[in-house]
Amino acid sequence: MKILVCVSKTPDTTTKIAFNASNTELDGNGVQYIMNPYDEWYALVRALELKEALGGTVTLINVGPADNDQVIRKGLAIGADDAVRIDMNPPSALNVAFQIAEHARAESYDLILLGKETIDYNGSEIGAMVAEYLDLPFVSYATKLDTSDGKTATIQRDIEGGVEEVEVDTPFVLSAAKGLAEQRIPNMKGIMMAKSKALKVLAPAAFEDKAVTVQYTLPPAKSAVKMIAPENMEELVKLLHEEAKVI
Amino acid sequence: MVLVFAESQKGNFKKTAFEAVTYGYKTAQVLGTECVALALGTAHNAADLGLYGASKVLHVADAALDQFDSQVYAKVIAEASQQVGANVIVLSHTSTGKSIHGRLAARLSAGSVAGVNSIPTADGGFKVKKGVFSGKAIAEYEIKSEVKVLSVMGNSLQPAVVGSAAAVETLSIAVPASRVKVKSVSRIEGIVPLPEAELVVSAGRGMKGPENWGIVEDLANVLGATTACSRPVADVHWRPHHEHVGQTGIAIRPNLYIAIGISGAIQHLAGVNNSKTIVVINKDPEAPFFKAADYGVVGDLFEVVPKLTEAFKKFKAAE
Ligand SMILES: Cc1cc2nc3c(=O)[nH]c(=O)nc-3n(C[C@H](O)[C@H](O)[C@H](O)COP(=O)(O)OP(=O)(O)OC[C@H]3O[C@@H](n4cnc5c(N)ncnc54)[C@H](O)[C@@H]3O)c2cc1C
Ligand SMILES: Nc1ncnc2c1ncn2[C@@H]1O[C@H](COP(=O)(O)O)[C@@H](O)[C@H]1O
Repeated sequence: MKILVCVSKTPDTTTKIAFNASNTELDGNGVQYIMNPYDEWYALVRALELKEALGGTVTLINVGPADNDQVIRKGLAIGADDAVRIDMNPPSALNVAFQIAEHARAESYDLILLGKETIDYNGSEIGAMVAEYLDLPFVSYATKLDTSDGKTATIQRDIEGGVEEVEVDTPFVLSAAKGLAEQRIPNMKGIMMAKSKALKVLAPAAFEDKAVTVQYTLPPAKSAVKMIAPENMEELVKLLHEEAKVI
Repeated sequence: MVLVFAESQKGNFKKTAFEAVTYGYKTAQVLGTECVALALGTAHNAADLGLYGASKVLHVADAALDQFDSQVYAKVIAEASQQVGANVIVLSHTSTGKSIHGRLAARLSAGSVAGVNSIPTADGGFKVKKGVFSGKAIAEYEIKSEVKVLSVMGNSLQPAVVGSAAAVETLSIAVPASRVKVKSVSRIEGIVPLPEAELVVSAGRGMKGPENWGIVEDLANVLGATTACSRPVADVHWRPHHEHVGQTGIAIRPNLYIAIGISGAIQHLAGVNNSKTIVVINKDPEAPFFKAADYGVVGDLFEVVPKLTEAFKKFKAAE
C-alpha cells in the first residue's frame, strides 16, 4: 500500500504557554515541542504495520517551517520511508489541508492517515478538509483498521456514546484515535537510518487564508479552592446547590 | 442568514442540537439576521427547534440520511446552505459535527473555527473565540470569507427557550450514495455519553482496584452523573477505555466534575479543566488537582465518597 501520514508538531502539554508582546503569536522561547501524539502513536504506527503486512511505502507530510524537520526525522526514525515538508508557516487549517491535498493529488496514495486532532488547537478538521479537497471518503476517530488486501478496509470508529463498524474501499482518508496501534519508540538503528532518508522540501501552492488568529488572551484566573472538612459533606452539597448552582 | 445543522439520533434531537440552535440564534442577533435550523433524515418534533430561536426548520427527509457519512452530509448541508443563502453555518462540535465541519469549509471555501465557546462579534470584522493549549489560553480568530463555518463546543452555553414551535419546510435535495458502508452501530444505552454529560463522577488510581468502583457508581447513580476515569485506570483495564478523560482521552466540559483519587496531572487536567465546577477528593493535601479545583476535600475517599453519596441522597429527597 502507498500510505501518506500527516504529522504535526505541537507544544508538549506540560510546557508553559506565553505570547509575544502584542499577544498575536505564541512565544516559542523555551517551549518544548513534540510530534502530535495521535499522529506518532497511532496513525504512523498503524501505517507501518500495514506496510509490514502488505508491502508498500509510508511517506510523511508536514506543512511547516524548517524547525519542524526534527519532528519529521523522528517519524523517519520510527520507520517511515521518506518525507515531504511544505515549507511555510501555515496561518490556517484550511491552508494546511489544501497543501496536503495538492501534494496527495499528484501521488495517488491508497490511504491518507492523520491524527484525530492536534493537542494544542484541537481543531479536528484537517482530515475532513483533505478528504473533501480530494473527493475521498473520510472515516474519523478510528480505533481499529483492518485490511487483508489493501483494497477494502474494515474500520471501527468512535461515535457519540458508542462504536460504529464501517467498510470502505481505498483510497480514503482516516483519522486515528487511541487504540489504533501501540506507540513505538525509535531505536538507535532507526535514528541512524533516518539521517539518510529523503526529506523533500517543497514550496507551498498559492492559497488565500480565510480564518486567522488575531489575538491570544489568558483565561481569567481561577478563584482559590474552598476546602471542606471530610465529615461535612452536607456543606459541600449545599455549596454545589446554592453557590455553584450546578445541582 | 445563520443556518444551524441540528443533529439527531434515531430521529430525536439531542441537547447539543438545542445548544447549537441557541448559539445560532444569538449569532443571528449579533448579525441582525435570522436563524434557520436544518434537520436531516428522520426527525421527530423538528418544530421544537423553534423554541430555541429557529425562525423555521428545513427538513431533508430522505431515509438514506439515517445512516451517517460525512461526505453525503457535507454535500447536502452545503447545498441547503446555498439554496437558502446562508452566510454562517453552525454545527455541534461532536464526532458527527467535527467530521462534517472541515468538509464544509473546504467545499464552500469558507473560513472555519472548530470548537468555539463564545458568541461571535461583528464590529470590525467577524471575530470568534475558542480555548487553546489545553485551556491555558483563549485564541480569537477573524473570519474573512463570505461564508463561515463554526462548530460549537458542548456545554459552552445553555439552551434557552426564546420562541415557539417553528414551521417545518421540506427541502428536496438529491442525496448521493455513500461510499462508506455502515456494518453495525452499537451504543451504550441509558447513560449520557461523556462529551454531553453535565455531571461527571471520575476516579483514578487512588481507588486501588476495579472491585472498589461500587462507591463511585453509587455516587454517580444518585446524581444521575456519567462516570469517567484517569488514563492509568483505563490502561490497566480497571475501567473501559471510553471513560478515559484527558489529553489522550476525551475532553469534557461538564457543569460538575467530581475527581476522586486522581492526582491532577497536567495531561488529565487538559481534558477536564474547562468544567464549570470541579470538586476534588484526595487524601494528599499537596495533590496538584487542588490548584484547579473549586471545592476540595482532603480525606480518605473510601470514607468521604459514601458520605457524599448520603448527603446527595438527603438533598434529593428534600427537593
Ligand atoms: C503524553 C501523556 C499523555 C497522557 N494523557 C493522559 C490523559 O489523557 N488522561 C489522564 O488521566 N492521564 C494522562 N496521562 C497520565 C498522567 O500524566 C498521570 O500519570 C495520570 O493522570 C495519573 O492518574 P491518577 O491521578 O489516577 O493516578 P496517580 O497519579 O497515581 O494519583 C492517585 C491519587 O490518588 C490519591 N489517593 C490514593 N489513595 C487515596 C485514598 N484512599 N483516598 C483519597 N485519595 C487517595 C493519591 O493521593 C493520588 O493523588 C498522560 C501522560 C502522558 C505522558
Ligand atoms: N501542519 C500540519 N502538517 C501536516 N499535518 C498536519 C498539520 N497540522 C495538522 N495535521 C494533521 O491533521 C490532524 C488533525 O489536526 P487538526 O485538524 O488541526 O486538529 C493532525 O493530527 C495531523 O495528522
